[in-house]
Amino acid sequence: MDAGLISSVVTVIFFVLFIAILVWAFYGGNKKKFEDAGNLPFQEDADETRKPD
Amino acid sequence: MEATYNYKVVRQFAIMTIVWGIVGMLVGVLIAAQLIWPDLTKDLGPLAPYLSYGRLRPLHTNAVIFAFGGSALFATSLYVVQRTCQTRVLSDGLASFVFWGWQLVILLAAISLPMGFTSSKEYAELEWPIDILIAVIWVSYGVLFFGTIMKRKTQHIYVANWFFGAYIVTIALLHIVNSAELPVTLTKSYSAYAGVHDAMVQWWYGHNAVGFFLTTAFLGMMYYFIPKQAGRPIFSYRLSIVHFWALNFIYMWAGPHHLMYTALPDWAQSLGMVFSLMLIAPSWGGMMNGIMTLSGAWHKLRTDPILKFLITAMSFYGMSTFEGPMMSVKTVNALSHYTEWTVGHVHSGALGWVAMISIGSLYHLIPRLFGREEMYSVKLINTHFWMSTIGVVLYIVALWIAGVAQGLMWRATNSDGTLTYSFAQSVNAMYPFYTIRLIGGALFFAGMLLMAYNVWKTIAAGKAVNDARIPQAVAA
Repeated sequence: MDAGLISSVVTVIFFVLFIAILVWAFYGGNKKKFEDAGNLPFQEDADETRKPD
Repeated sequence: MEATYNYKVVRQFAIMTIVWGIVGMLVGVLIAAQLIWPDLTKDLGPLAPYLSYGRLRPLHTNAVIFAFGGSALFATSLYVVQRTCQTRVLSDGLASFVFWGWQLVILLAAISLPMGFTSSKEYAELEWPIDILIAVIWVSYGVLFFGTIMKRKTQHIYVANWFFGAYIVTIALLHIVNSAELPVTLTKSYSAYAGVHDAMVQWWYGHNAVGFFLTTAFLGMMYYFIPKQAGRPIFSYRLSIVHFWALNFIYMWAGPHHLMYTALPDWAQSLGMVFSLMLIAPSWGGMMNGIMTLSGAWHKLRTDPILKFLITAMSFYGMSTFEGPMMSVKTVNALSHYTEWTVGHVHSGALGWVAMISIGSLYHLIPRLFGREEMYSVKLINTHFWMSTIGVVLYIVALWIAGVAQGLMWRATNSDGTLTYSFAQSVNAMYPFYTIRLIGGALFFAGMLLMAYNVWKTIAAGKAVNDARIPQAVAA
């Protein structure tokens, strides 16, 4: 295998991988999961309301 | 004993961010003045060589990028990773080692660069013993960060940590590969690469230092502090995933745009240009994601100067990530390269994006680290915001005009083919713009002093928080 073929193959693999990531990110079944993940920074606040006096 | 977060290391880095910001920007103001008055430090006798432009310039870039920007990133990444993983850092000892080690690196840089020790690679000027120290500390930082993620209590790893993680891994790779060098003495080494390979490795490093140190990592900051300060989750979490992967797939290959019209093979130059142009897509996707987080709550921008800092930073991010790809187009680069335009572009990113997102994040962070509801004076934050914004705008507009004028003067020819302007004439044309730039830069620097005062008063009225509880009940 020469360098040109390897780089072509790698380019195609990366491209397909990226399309797969797009599908994964926007797949309807994952909607809820990602919405919950977006709320992660706010989970901590339940206890944060107690302020030092 | 109740489980708590390690705020000490965050506090240490947060304070040093402000200290190094002031030092680094002061050096910047000094060298900007030297461009107008080249003899400014000539009469300082034995001190003069240490304060010459050629030695101070790398000190300025290293101080603002790695001391100011670096400390801001250590502070925020270690805060964000603990809070979103709901666990304490892997090891308090390792955290201290990373803090003191990094301060030692900065100190060694501040001594060795003015003394004239340099590997002469831009943004990688530090000599080999310091390079080794950096590598050791960086790997420790990686262990600390990823170790903390591994012991997380949450199921999902929040996206800000992905950005921080990519930055830590990539910087390790870049630093170690680009710093491969053969030591001759304790203070002198030669690059392991030769000729055009050396240039390509250097700008693969240099561009990705911009891409991963100054972009990806600060995007991690953006994905935590904008939602927190706005009080609402990020506009689209799914877009943030696409943003992350698109950036990572593309950024690595844009380096050759620093070497247009050099001995670098033509195909590599074109490749660098194409990848740079593609970068507009993820960059603007990310910018929209940050700004649109405020959608439906735009009124908060009127009253909250911290949000102003964060959102203005996103605007500058959008602006400089549009300008960058444009400048990588060969025909544009033929005009812009080696001119002040490049310097203006860098500062639109470094002051407008990097510094402003850091300043906004610190204003959010400092009160929480010292047990206060908010900063000592919100009004002063607002003043600081306007000083910074006006300062950056003066700076970049002056250098746009200066750069284009310079480029046009260099390429102007008479009908017989001789140059219309001598080089000295193009230098002479720079004076008014250098002066405006100095005023803009000095204004931005003065804003940092105001911030230091505000932080000082906040700390004086508060008390270091060491008992920040980790929430016990955890949902996915």
